[in-house]
Amino acid sequence: MAEKYFHHALKFQKEDCIGCSHCMNVCPTQAIRIHGGKANLTDNRCVDCGKCYSACPVGAIIVEQDDFSRIFAYDYRVALVPNVLFGQFPEKVSVDQIHRVLHDLGFTHIFEVELGTRILKGSMLEYLITHSESKPLISTFCPAIVRLIQVRFPALTENLILLKSPLDITATYIRKKFSDQGIDSTQTGIFYITPCAANIAAVKSPVGGYLSDIDGVINMDFIFNKVYTSMKQGLLGKGKGQIQGGISLCRDEMLWALTEGEASLMPGRSLAIDETGNVIEFLERMENEEHCNIDFLELRACDQSCAGGILTSGNRFFTVERLRKLAAKTAEATALAGDAKTKDSIENYSDFLLKHIGVNKVLPRSMDKLDEDMKRAMLKMQMVREIMKSLPYVDCGLCGSPTCNALAQDIVQGQADITRCIFIQKKYEQNNWLSYSESMEILKQIWGKDKFGEK
Amino acid sequence: MTTDANTMQFEYIVEGGNFTRAGYASSEIKKILKQLNVDLAIIKRTVVACYEAEVNVVAHSYGGTIFVDIDHQSIRIKLVDDGPGIPDVNLAMQEGFSTASSKVREMGFGAGMGLPNIKKNADLFEISSELTKGTTLEITMFLQ
Repeated sequence: MAEKYFHHALKFQKEDCIGCSHCMNVCPTQAIRIHGGKANLTDNRCVDCGKCYSACPVGAIIVEQDDFSRIFAYDYRVALVPNVLFGQFPEKVSVDQIHRVLHDLGFTHIFEVELGTRILKGSMLEYLITHSESKPLISTFCPAIVRLIQVRFPALTENLILLKSPLDITATYIRKKFSDQGIDSTQTGIFYITPCAANIAAVKSPVGGYLSDIDGVINMDFIFNKVYTSMKQGLLGKGKGQIQGGISLCRDEMLWALTEGEASLMPGRSLAIDETGNVIEFLERMENEEHCNIDFLELRACDQSCAGGILTSGNRFFTVERLRKLAAKTAEATALAGDAKTKDSIENYSDFLLKHIGVNKVLPRSMDKLDEDMKRAMLKMQMVREIMKSLPYVDCGLCGSPTCNALAQDIVQGQADITRCIFIQKKYEQNNWLSYSESMEILKQIWGKDKFGEK
Repeated sequence: MTTDANTMQFEYIVEGGNFTRAGYASSEIKKILKQLNVDLAIIKRTVVACYEAEVNVVAHSYGGTIFVDIDHQSIRIKLVDDGPGIPDVNLAMQEGFSTASSKVREMGFGAGMGLPNIKKNADLFEISSELTKGTTLEITMFLQ
């Protein structure tokens, strides 16, 4: 068994899986196979993009979160909130009302995830200058993209900007600030409200050799339901919870997590690309050209970036619209209020945060290679090509592998037999190399007996 | 492709003038090298050199063929085209020299970096050209 590189927040629940293969067909890294009537995940190929989660028709794929009651293990319970949450609700629901619901749920403090961008932005601008030989430099904001590059574009790991995400910077800030106030660190619980699975994986096993300051992760849909219930029951704004007064972010910070959020702030030629399929298509082309003359790439796994996160509940286009409006409004308000809010803020900790902002080199984890040893890899490639001659190039997926080529590779790696292919089965039956009942048995092994009316 | 235990050969046809397909062969070669677990830095150099050479065939010839030969010691890529040939190979090897039409330049090609850049990225580089017949370019990358 190969070494397990990644923690995954996406969990396939065998008992609920109906083996429909929808997830297998949308997986951008071909990490899923169907066997025994169930979807099976190859851990090291999965990048936690969550396409499978959205494609599953029966909710058999879940995003593992921490039990909410865990927050009560701490005296100081911090909710780390990305502002995508505010875009989930109709405009009449105010930020203060959402904060109040969070307080009523038991959080004692609320911080905005994007605070960290205030520290990160300067570091990124500097990084672009000091690392210009590795252009185009690629943002590490989206953890699914970092993992995608590790497994599918290993050579581009050298282009990744080795700085912490705003989320980690903000968490470090909170921990430091609380401990400076004399609060026992073991009594401070920082809980991140996540719009996606990839960020959970990033918190549980960060890429880049550091430990996250975040203690737990709560899925955004859980909070969404709490706020919505409050709204529907007419209880919004009636809670007892304290509110700490709206948004303290400036416009750029508010829009950071949306598409163009970073690219629009970086100098030179910057591109923003969202949605995993688009990113793969672009990187495939970019790998060929040495002089593509791009300085900075903002790549995000989800369509509309974090507004399209798999754990968001609102329509992503409305979310973007609302956040843009909110950002414009906030910009006005901040201009009026002057810098009253900067007291005791993250800037006071910038020296400390900048000292800890770097991360280790992100290592390539190529999953394309057929074998570590080149001679054996060549032999396997020849076998794959030989097998491909008899496969139909239809990519029907009936064999339980996503494409004919994937099946050929599975065969060569000893994980499948060529008779899984329905075309081969028909051919073998015709030549009496395989009996009808044998070929039925193969299909049942792949898709499960119940699909054929058997228990 | 022919099979033999120790070497692999691939062939790709390149269409002259069709820039929408330019880079296809290089992408395929890249996929193969990734699957063979070739060192990432070597893949990078190979693909850059091969891509430039492939674009040259598209830009300057009526069409050609790319022959790839891989064993565990080296990757050899030979590009043979039918075309006008290069009148002065030494001149063409100078940085900045370009015969590209404005149409080609508009697409981001033809900066006159082609041949020198291929040579820079390849371990061995051989070029021969015959006027009115065509050009043959051979790139070798050592794996050891």
